[in-house]
Amino acid sequence: MSAVAKVYRWELAKLLAQKRTYLGLFAAMLIPAAFVISLVFGSGGPEEVPLGRYIRETGLVAPFVALFFMSFWAFPLITALVAGDIVAAETHNGTLKTILTRSRERGQVFAGKVLASLSYMIVVVFAMAVVAVVAGGLAWGFHPLTSLSGTKVSVGQGFGLLAASLGVYLLPLAGIAAFGLMLSTLTRNSAASVVGTLMWAVLMQLLGVLPGTEGIRPYLLGTQFEAWHGFLRTPTDWVPVIRALWVCALYAALPLSAAYLVFLRRDVAGE
Amino acid sequence: MSEAHPVAARALVKRYGEIVAVDHVDLTVETGDVFGYLGPNGAGKTTSLRMMLGLIRPSEGSVRLFGREPLADGARALDGVAGFVEEPKFYPYLSARKNLRLLADFDDGDSRSRVEEMLELVELRDRAKDRVGGYSHGMRQRLGIAAALLRQPRLLLLDEPTTGLDPAGMRDMRELVRRLAGEGITILLSSHLLGEVEELCNRVAIIRKGRIVYEGALRELLASAAGGYRLKSADVERARLVCLAQAGVENVRLADGQLRFQADEDAVAALSIALGQARIGTTALVPETASLEELFLGLTEGEGASSEEAVA
Repeated sequence: MSAVAKVYRWELAKLLAQKRTYLGLFAAMLIPAAFVISLVFGSGGPEEVPLGRYIRETGLVAPFVALFFMSFWAFPLITALVAGDIVAAETHNGTLKTILTRSRERGQVFAGKVLASLSYMIVVVFAMAVVAVVAGGLAWGFHPLTSLSGTKVSVGQGFGLLAASLGVYLLPLAGIAAFGLMLSTLTRNSAASVVGTLMWAVLMQLLGVLPGTEGIRPYLLGTQFEAWHGFLRTPTDWVPVIRALWVCALYAALPLSAAYLVFLRRDVAGE
Repeated sequence: MSEAHPVAARALVKRYGEIVAVDHVDLTVETGDVFGYLGPNGAGKTTSLRMMLGLIRPSEGSVRLFGREPLADGARALDGVAGFVEEPKFYPYLSARKNLRLLADFDDGDSRSRVEEMLELVELRDRAKDRVGGYSHGMRQRLGIAAALLRQPRLLLLDEPTTGLDPAGMRDMRELVRRLAGEGITILLSSHLLGEVEELCNRVAIIRKGRIVYEGALRELLASAAGGYRLKSADVERARLVCLAQAGVENVRLADGQLRFQADEDAVAALSIALGQARIGTTALVPETASLEELFLGLTEGEGASSEEAVA
């Protein structure tokens, strides 16, 4: 096992031993379940939301609608909970000096933390989708899905589109995770990093709805949470997907590079 | 070619803004030393150790461990080196065993196979499943030793390892240090507990306000203060005059009704004869040796303390 793989494995083990990890995971699973239950027992629906009007047609719609709702604060917060804490917690516990006086390079330790943060993000998004699909399926069964273009998509193809959508949805979340890691490294304070990351994610969303921001809107991080819409069109609209790829790469690379350089050079005193 | 020194610090400086925490420290730890790094709180001991372990970057100068520089060679510079600065810290939500396994995986070599042995060594095997968050300070100190020994170090850097321990814990820790030294591990022990250093160390460096004021053999340091004598007499004033007139008797001073002076043994013998010839009764003539504590205080509290004075 490579050095980074060993660090990564222990970062996952540390996440599994902390309550906050489960808090985020349970929130990601609870929200779609509660959403479906409220629709089952209530009338009306999320008509204004993409695919929302078809929510009771097939259980496949539930995860897409949850993706939309959870992009505003739920997923950014859940992502920030881990990414904003993963370096700062070492400061809080005073353990950075413990692990940095062994045989692993600082870069390897940092890489393990980045991989663990991204892994957690992937797990919570897929956990949300699984719960939403199961809850939606139990409530309304699995029937062909109506795409955003109004065409019918088979159940099998619908699952494929869901997987692709989850994949592209992870890109802006990776940007948020990278920002959280940067704050976690710079501030050495878990609470400040989590709150700062959430504020930044919300600011990105707000910028997208302010008048006069039309020109920059396609390049805001918040906008990339809608890139999956491209998969739900017939034919597939690759423009938002490809833009999400490079825009999110930039949003992730810049803070990650800054965090990496700081982590490599920082003085570890009393932490 | 001889092996590089376990620790060789040269003109090591660490500044925090206007504050100079470590000021041109030169330090050499030889193979097999139990080296005491002495200084009052805030003198720069821990900052020096942090630089040695590559945790903080020196503002100037360099430090090499077995010839490797943490700043240039990264984690490779710590091959064969282990220890802790301030108190050892662990993940509170993991058990002692898991903490050690984690650290073993952060090591090269076969540290992982030694986890149980180390838990046994520090007598924590019965509590190995418990979360470290519930451990006492003493247990964490012992776990810190176990974590360090996992690496089978040739050089052990220990920052005040007995601080906060109860008397039995201190005794056990010192016994362990003595045993490790007996096994050939070079040890750099930072401390402000002079008895501990006197008991364990063969060489010392004393740091004061970031500067080394003495570095050398402990025996030589103690010997440097030898040659002092104390004289009690029924007629102290006349005795003082005899002392002042006696060749080889220097630095005569009267304090608390007794005379104190510096002299070699021949001069003292001659003085005792001179006092007898002058019919001055002597009730006590005893050699005085300064304790490490007195030397330490002299070196670290006097405004004019310097390395030249220290070794003079």
